[in-house]
Amino acid sequence: MRHTISILMENTFGAFDRVATMFSAKGFNLHSITIGETEIRDISRMTIVTSGDDQIIDQVVKQLNRLIDTIKVIDLTGQERTERELALISVDYQGTSLEKLKNVNDVFRGKVVDINNKSITLEITGPPAKINAAVNVLTPYGIIEMARSGTVALKRGEQKKFPKKEIDSVTI
Amino acid sequence: MSKNKQVLSGAEIFFECLKREKVQYIFGYPGGANLKIYERLYDINFLQHILARHEQGATHMAEGYAKATGKVGVVLVTSGPGATNTVTGIADAYMDSVPIVVFTGQVATHLIGNDAFQEADIVGITRPITKHSFLVRDVKNLATVIKKAFFIASSGRPGPVVVDLPKDVINASCEFEYPPEINIRGYKPKYVGHRNQIKKAAKAISTSKSPLLYVGGGVVMSGACMELRKFAKAYNLPVTMTLQGLGAFPGTDTQSLGMLGMHGTYWANQAVNNCDVLVALGARFDDRVTGKIDTFATKAYKIHIDIDPTAIDKNIMVDLPIVGDVKGVLKEIAEEMSNKSDLSGWWKKIEEWRKECPLHYETGDGKLRTEFVLERISQKTKGNAVVVTDVGQHQMWTAQYYKYINPRSNLTSGGLGTMGFSVPAAIGASFGVKDRPVISISGDGGFQMNMQELITAVWHKLPIKFFIINNSFLGMVRQWQELFHAEKYSFTDLGKSNPDFVKLGEALGLPSWRTDKMEDVDKILDKAFKTNSGPVLVEFKVVKEDMVFPMVPSGASISDMIIKRLNPKRMV
Repeated sequence: MRHTISILMENTFGAFDRVATMFSAKGFNLHSITIGETEIRDISRMTIVTSGDDQIIDQVVKQLNRLIDTIKVIDLTGQERTERELALISVDYQGTSLEKLKNVNDVFRGKVVDINNKSITLEITGPPAKINAAVNVLTPYGIIEMARSGTVALKRGEQKKFPKKEIDSVTI
Repeated sequence: MSKNKQVLSGAEIFFECLKREKVQYIFGYPGGANLKIYERLYDINFLQHILARHEQGATHMAEGYAKATGKVGVVLVTSGPGATNTVTGIADAYMDSVPIVVFTGQVATHLIGNDAFQEADIVGITRPITKHSFLVRDVKNLATVIKKAFFIASSGRPGPVVVDLPKDVINASCEFEYPPEINIRGYKPKYVGHRNQIKKAAKAISTSKSPLLYVGGGVVMSGACMELRKFAKAYNLPVTMTLQGLGAFPGTDTQSLGMLGMHGTYWANQAVNNCDVLVALGARFDDRVTGKIDTFATKAYKIHIDIDPTAIDKNIMVDLPIVGDVKGVLKEIAEEMSNKSDLSGWWKKIEEWRKECPLHYETGDGKLRTEFVLERISQKTKGNAVVVTDVGQHQMWTAQYYKYINPRSNLTSGGLGTMGFSVPAAIGASFGVKDRPVISISGDGGFQMNMQELITAVWHKLPIKFFIINNSFLGMVRQWQELFHAEKYSFTDLGKSNPDFVKLGEALGLPSWRTDKMEDVDKILDKAFKTNSGPVLVEFKVVKEDMVFPMVPSGASISDMIIKRLNPKRMV
């Protein structure tokens, strides 16, 4: 089963690498991994999509927690959450009409971000399943190249702020 | 600048921190990138620097020191090859949860990534085999990093920490302040066990008809041996130990079932597979312990106490996990015990298994065997020595025949199985332990992997007994070749290429003796134990093709042990 795991971690040298190394060292699946800054200086949020049975996911979460640089590990699977992914998809429009492609783009509420004599680049945002659907529909037109961001996710509903004393604590 | 703070160089800060961590020994080797630290070391007298002959040796020395004393072992090496030579020792410490801090020199920060002379990305190389690592990029962070390194290495489940020190950081200066305490927000080891889980455990144990304590190295690390002894004695519980657990409970006690697993005793393994409550204490259900997982302790309600949450449900799914420090948890379980079960029926069964298949070796032909040598060593030292083994047949025989009575006496490379561990680790142990004899036992193969460190032992006049069990083979590999690899003895016969160990020892300055006779063993041991002005070396030439039994073949159930050689004609 696929799991989306959100990790708050120290924004330090090698922290990202430690997570990636752990996944390869333990042989866990890694479908996507994203990392970026958060509202707190020195803390970044990593979102990981992984898969495995319950025992494996239990180990993934424990092994992530075991890393010194990880501050909080939350398995969002089964919880109310918002998941988003962004894709830039460049499609050949020479064999078809631009109009058709624009219609497809509208259905997925995408944006046209680049266009030239041969191809059009669409920006599509949404849950990973929606991106997959867009890719499926666009494939017959001829995808020239594509970049996907990987999943980012947040829990829905009211959340507590990260404790102030933890933010202020010494870090390197 | 504030009034009380001194401006110190990185090298000076390094030693100020070590002083505050009460470091007594550094095991190291100088080189280009750490010269500044060695320059400062020249005038330092609150600690002793031990010059190894190879950085791998230095790392194992630190491990030996840490395992024997419970303190953090400290290594100091240079960049590049100096750093990469420590990798095996770091991996070994990671597998066996040994608290060591390895300081590696590094090229100056502006050269990192430039393929500079003696540059190696040691933090990257060691990432999967360290508990944590640091690259110090600003001298202002140095003191905090060192404080964190010692804290991380020694707390929770202990492990190795690497601190990479670029040359310019060590040369730079800043105000020195040692943080009085630190808070690492992502690292909060859980020492106190969950109260309800503890109550449940006590209930399960007190109502059990056939309980078994399965004791691992965590009990030794946690310092829980007294609690274990009291608990086992009070409730008449049988105790089996893993390789790292040996010494936690006296091997001479009737309640000790000895080691379990691949080369464990028949009765310990039978007890595992027939008990109704199995209590794992600071152990991790390693594959050498469990054998085939589907058949392991299937009748048992499994309780697992460990400080590392990842150890739980990793290999074996347990019924009752307790995350916490085994010392405290065991104490609390003891307080919650409501009833002392009558275990006479269970003990009767265990005694039957003990009689059914005792440890046995051939004595009738008068030839010298490892088991005999080990029995004599065990008796001569009354189980009181610190015994540092290498890896292979002699290691398993030591586990079977040496009756440890104290914790921190059995030093061995269990998880990684590092040949060449014994000689340097015994040296490290000898610096930490002055009141008991330190014995290094190696095979002829493993001995040659780090024998250069004998020089270190001679130089420091350490009274270590270096025993070589020479069967002219890589014995354990040979055993597998005989049993599972069509008797193709591919590159395991060392007989013709082995050096003359006695001459070698003498050349390095050790009184060295050799024997291949049973009747000489006692005399030679007496001589060895009387020599305390420095190390001695004894080569025991034992029969060539003996095998360690009993044995659970890899992947088999631990109930299915091979008890003796199937083709006795092969016996020499």
